[in-house]
Amino acid sequence: MQQTERQISLKAAVIEAIAEEFRRDPETFYIGEDVGVAEGIFKQTQGLHAEFGDRRVIDTPISEAGMFGLTVGAAVAGMRPVVEIMFSDFLTLVMDQLVNHAAKIHYLSGGGFRVPLVLRTAIGVGGVLGSTHSQTLYAWPAHVPGLKLAAPSTPADAKGLMTAAIRDDNPVLYFEDRMTYNLKGPVPEGEHIVELGVADIKRKGSDVTLIAFSRMVHVALEAADALAAKGISAEVVDPRSIVPLDTETLIDSVARTGRAVVIDGGHESYGIGAEVAATVSEGAFDYLDAPVMRIGAPHNPVPCSKPLEAMMVPSADQVVAKVERMYG
Amino acid sequence: MSPEDCVDLYRTMVRIRVFEETVRRYHIAGKAPGLVHLCTGQEAVPAGFISVLRPDDYITIYHRGHGHCIAKGSSLEALLGELLHRRGGVNLGRAGEPHLCDPATNNIGSTGIVGGSVPLAAGAALAAQLRGTDQVSVSFFGDGVLNQGVMFEVLNMAAIWSLPVVFVCEDNRYGEFTESATVTAGERYQDRGAVFGIPSDTLDGMDVLAVREAAEQAVGRARRGEGPSFLVFETYRFTGHHVSDQQEYKDSEEMRAWEARDPIPNYARWLADEGHVDDVAIARIHAEIDDEVEAAAKVADSMPHPGPEDLGTHVFA
Repeated sequence: MQQTERQISLKAAVIEAIAEEFRRDPETFYIGEDVGVAEGIFKQTQGLHAEFGDRRVIDTPISEAGMFGLTVGAAVAGMRPVVEIMFSDFLTLVMDQLVNHAAKIHYLSGGGFRVPLVLRTAIGVGGVLGSTHSQTLYAWPAHVPGLKLAAPSTPADAKGLMTAAIRDDNPVLYFEDRMTYNLKGPVPEGEHIVELGVADIKRKGSDVTLIAFSRMVHVALEAADALAAKGISAEVVDPRSIVPLDTETLIDSVARTGRAVVIDGGHESYGIGAEVAATVSEGAFDYLDAPVMRIGAPHNPVPCSKPLEAMMVPSADQVVAKVERMYG
Repeated sequence: MSPEDCVDLYRTMVRIRVFEETVRRYHIAGKAPGLVHLCTGQEAVPAGFISVLRPDDYITIYHRGHGHCIAKGSSLEALLGELLHRRGGVNLGRAGEPHLCDPATNNIGSTGIVGGSVPLAAGAALAAQLRGTDQVSVSFFGDGVLNQGVMFEVLNMAAIWSLPVVFVCEDNRYGEFTESATVTAGERYQDRGAVFGIPSDTLDGMDVLAVREAAEQAVGRARRGEGPSFLVFETYRFTGHHVSDQQEYKDSEEMRAWEARDPIPNYARWLADEGHVDDVAIARIHAEIDDEVEAAAKVADSMPHPGPEDLGTHVFA
């Protein structure tokens, strides 16, 4: 059987997932700032307006709280919106509608109402966009019961997770690291679903487990190469969704390797890394040869300075150093 | 309106008032704990406005929302069950008063955040517009929302997209314990709608027929695809912000003046003048509704509380 693996960018894969779901389900629509004719600040909605028109790809005023709240209302009425919040930094503006409304309506209605929406947003550091356009704020909504969170690292996962997110009956926050938009990889044509809550082992290994999210998966893979050269076999596990978290796969991997480092692009303190580290420490305690370690961004705002900004992104060198310390 | 419809409006107002007094009784007895916000005195707005809506129209409400639930057709048993936090309540006893909603009546509900339900109403209106139905969505809120930023954002979007939504501000003169006039700029509250080019008006919220007439116009406009309206109904809560509020901040003369405008006896007089009812009929209506609410209360009070198995269900769909 001949298989030509089609390579497309992560950004194109997300758009493809949205377009395929929009063709399948007339109850879907896209809403956000500059998403229509302008096709998004990063061209991340390219082609959607041309194909689906004004009624299905809706440009809003710069009114995140009201616009997101409207989307929640439309979802409660049974539609399946994809709403774009341009940067995860702007989650601050939609917090009330997200935390007090979208997350709770299903529970508080006794199951009678559902909120099937996707909140698509950009995370990540790069391009010197500064402290309010560079944050990775997924730890905040992860704390709130009722919200699901996905964070793809590869084009194929990006397509599969977006498809699953649109079909999910819950509010799903979909985080794309904007520095991975042009990353290319093989992506299945046609329907491709990656269920939320299913981790993927991106590289098999036996000495240490590197658990990494989103863009950090590539940092982990780079570190695994460097570690291999030093005779250390690293397994790279990509949870792919933050909520639900595939604790079984994570714990199973750490139980096999006996060591783990969690790598997360958000701030290390009080972050996703801490949650994952605690989860695998509890679940694989009897198998651990070293404490589970974390690597994340330092506890300061992202500065508008190219050299300082670079220090906000965990590096493969840091990962290698952390692993080597475990062998102290 | 037929004589029967006229009398039905009266029944709805009386049902709301008797319900509220029952809730007060249960709250004082400790069976409806937490904060309880009654709409006694304000019955004309939910009764009059919702009387022109269809079952498939959407509403959103706010913390003073029992009357809207009743007018939209919620089961009194399930509603009271919810206020007593029982498993048979309309929301399984877990929402309680601040978060009441009723999926069966397209009542998206109250959310416990002042102004929080306003975008939800506009969102349901957007859904109706995108689907091409002629459903209308009505956002009921208090005067406290007039100074919440999200309301302005939503009014703007409702106007630019000509959404089939009606914004209904129930101005009872107090936001919690503070006189709204002292914290609200602008000559007239209705100007907050007018500035967006939305047809806006201020009406007597103690006159159920005036409410209904305004509702017919605004809902008709929305249903015909002619866009939103912003209506301010002047009304008054005869009770405190919540049941335990002693209302020391209110002027007693002001209270007496508004009590003279009580929508229920005034409308009873109108019904009698029109020849729709006599004293016997009025007494019979009150007796029937007393019995109806009492029977619902008995059922509600016999419902079990939620059990441990109910704590973690419906977190995710």
